[in-house]
Amino acid sequence: MIALEAINVTKIYGTGANAVTAVNDVSLSIRRGEFVGLVGPSGSGKTTMLAMLAGLLKPTHGQIIIADKDIGRMSEGKRTKFRGQYIGFAFQANNLVPYLNAQENVELLLRLNGKLNRQSRQRARELLERLGLGDRLKNRPGQLSGGQQQRVAIARALIHEPEVVLADEPTASLDTERAHQVVQTFAELIHEQNRAGIMVTHDLRMCKYTDRVIQMMDGRISRVITDRREILRLAGAADELDGHAAAVNGVPVLAGDPLVAVKGI
Amino acid sequence: MSYYLALKEVWRNKGRFLLIASVVALITTLVLFIAALAEGLASANREYIEKLNGELLVFQDGTQLSTTASRIGRQRIAELRRVEGVEAVGQVGFTTVKVVPPDGGADINVAFIGVEPGMPGEPPVIAGQQIERERGNNVIVDEGLVARLGTKVGDTIRLKVTQGTQEEFYDLNVVGITDRRQYFFQPAVFAPLITWDKIRPDSSNAPNAELVSNIAVVKLRDPASQAAMAKKIEQEVKDVEVADRRTTWEALPGYAAQQSTLTTQQFFTFFIGVLVVGGFFQIQTLQKVAQIGMLKAIGLSNWTVSWTAIIQIVTVNAIGVAIGAIGTLALTSNFPVTVPIMLTGTTAFASVLALLAIGPLGGIVSVFVLLRIEPLRALGMA
Repeated sequence: MIALEAINVTKIYGTGANAVTAVNDVSLSIRRGEFVGLVGPSGSGKTTMLAMLAGLLKPTHGQIIIADKDIGRMSEGKRTKFRGQYIGFAFQANNLVPYLNAQENVELLLRLNGKLNRQSRQRARELLERLGLGDRLKNRPGQLSGGQQQRVAIARALIHEPEVVLADEPTASLDTERAHQVVQTFAELIHEQNRAGIMVTHDLRMCKYTDRVIQMMDGRISRVITDRREILRLAGAADELDGHAAAVNGVPVLAGDPLVAVKGI
Repeated sequence: MSYYLALKEVWRNKGRFLLIASVVALITTLVLFIAALAEGLASANREYIEKLNGELLVFQDGTQLSTTASRIGRQRIAELRRVEGVEAVGQVGFTTVKVVPPDGGADINVAFIGVEPGMPGEPPVIAGQQIERERGNNVIVDEGLVARLGTKVGDTIRLKVTQGTQEEFYDLNVVGITDRRQYFFQPAVFAPLITWDKIRPDSSNAPNAELVSNIAVVKLRDPASQAAMAKKIEQEVKDVEVADRRTTWEALPGYAAQQSTLTTQQFFTFFIGVLVVGGFFQIQTLQKVAQIGMLKAIGLSNWTVSWTAIIQIVTVNAIGVAIGAIGTLALTSNFPVTVPIMLTGTTAFASVLALLAIGPLGGIVSVFVLLRIEPLRALGMA
């Protein structure tokens, strides 16, 4: 079942001679229970695409359909409310409210949607326990490590049972081991809870936890990798090169590409 | 949601918010203290006139409502009593003498006020009895003197008056005590006008001279007709100027200048308060741009975010004002009676209301900044 659909989406910044097309006629759809990696070099349009999918940015043309609603046509106020109900977020940084403890941070979306009760509180606790934070419920973000903070953010992104869960570089501030733990758990939960998940990342090693990799280049989708072996090979090549180097000018190296040449970069 | 976030943040960052609440408390103390000083000084200046049991005061024409320069004789009083609509007229004379404390301490300057027993100008007693006799040594003292000397009904007070180069002493019987009726920053002693005329410095004491007072206090049949009656009296009685009580005390020497100085100080203190509170919350908002952006991104509306900030500002400001107000009340209630500090309910209430407005006023800029935060930019996604 399709959870998110982008139809001929274009985003143009500026007007006239200063117009820059960040995303150019992109269409994609993501099913429930599917975890997609959105990759590409800087300036490829992946962050703009994610911002539009999240309802944080209105497309210039095209439609973005979530829960049968075109969020591009909504007013700012309605989109904000929609985000709180149907979309879960995990950002690169500044993910958590510093004066709320782990459990309160996770409960924030429940509170916002008027769904905070004994049962949902219990669910938040269980989710945090599932993420290995059972003994950290009362700790505030400042008392948690980067990895623990990201896991709290993941719990918050999922607790209100959104249609779509979006993550923007969720591993950017984590070491390799923690990055793997965080994304692996994120992927497991997306699959278990049957949500549609999209992760923008520069770290191609993290793609091994995704079901599909969408590569963007110059505002367009340049390649889609669905073959599990291809995805693992891409992630493996990246692993050998410490994550971010497995690309030529930001383009992931895939099957058939001269890996030897890549290693020589 | 807004209350939850606002109060959680305050509670979890008690130190930081207590700091700004303390600053607000100090500003409150300063504003209330200046207000109390203004009220105390004004009161010490005008108390007697403010509480007079007559609506109009009559001065000699051309004296610009100066109680010391004005002279009103018996003939004018008779003319005033004949004006239709006047119920009663009392002569009142002012001078300053010293009271010698019975325990031998330093002499106390008092306003020695001559009044006609039973006429407007004589204050009502709260203990003892009215003066009653037109002559004699019976006097009423105000609570200001009681507070300083511990005087009771039935006591004798000794006045020291300098006549020419000679010091003269007069022993007077205290027959009544009235509430605080200071005049010109001095506690008051009220004597029959004839006695006053004999005792006051530089008195001619000529046996057959006309009994002259400084002003006349007029009680009207219809107190609501003040303005019309003032004009009527000025038309029917020669060489007088008439004013109501407020106009009179506002014309007291230095009164207006003093009050405007204190009001200016109050305004600037208030203005500093707005800037300090505004600055604090503005800095705090700027520090939280990314966090606010994240909250907006995950679904909090502009309204929720702004309301959260307003609740926080108002709460912290109110705590500061409460601490400051309670502290100032405790402080002012312990001042000696000689210090002109008076925090009346009205003054305190008006000042506290104004101080409570410091928060919202100071927070306006922060709220505008909050409204303009774009989640994408705040999260570095733009």
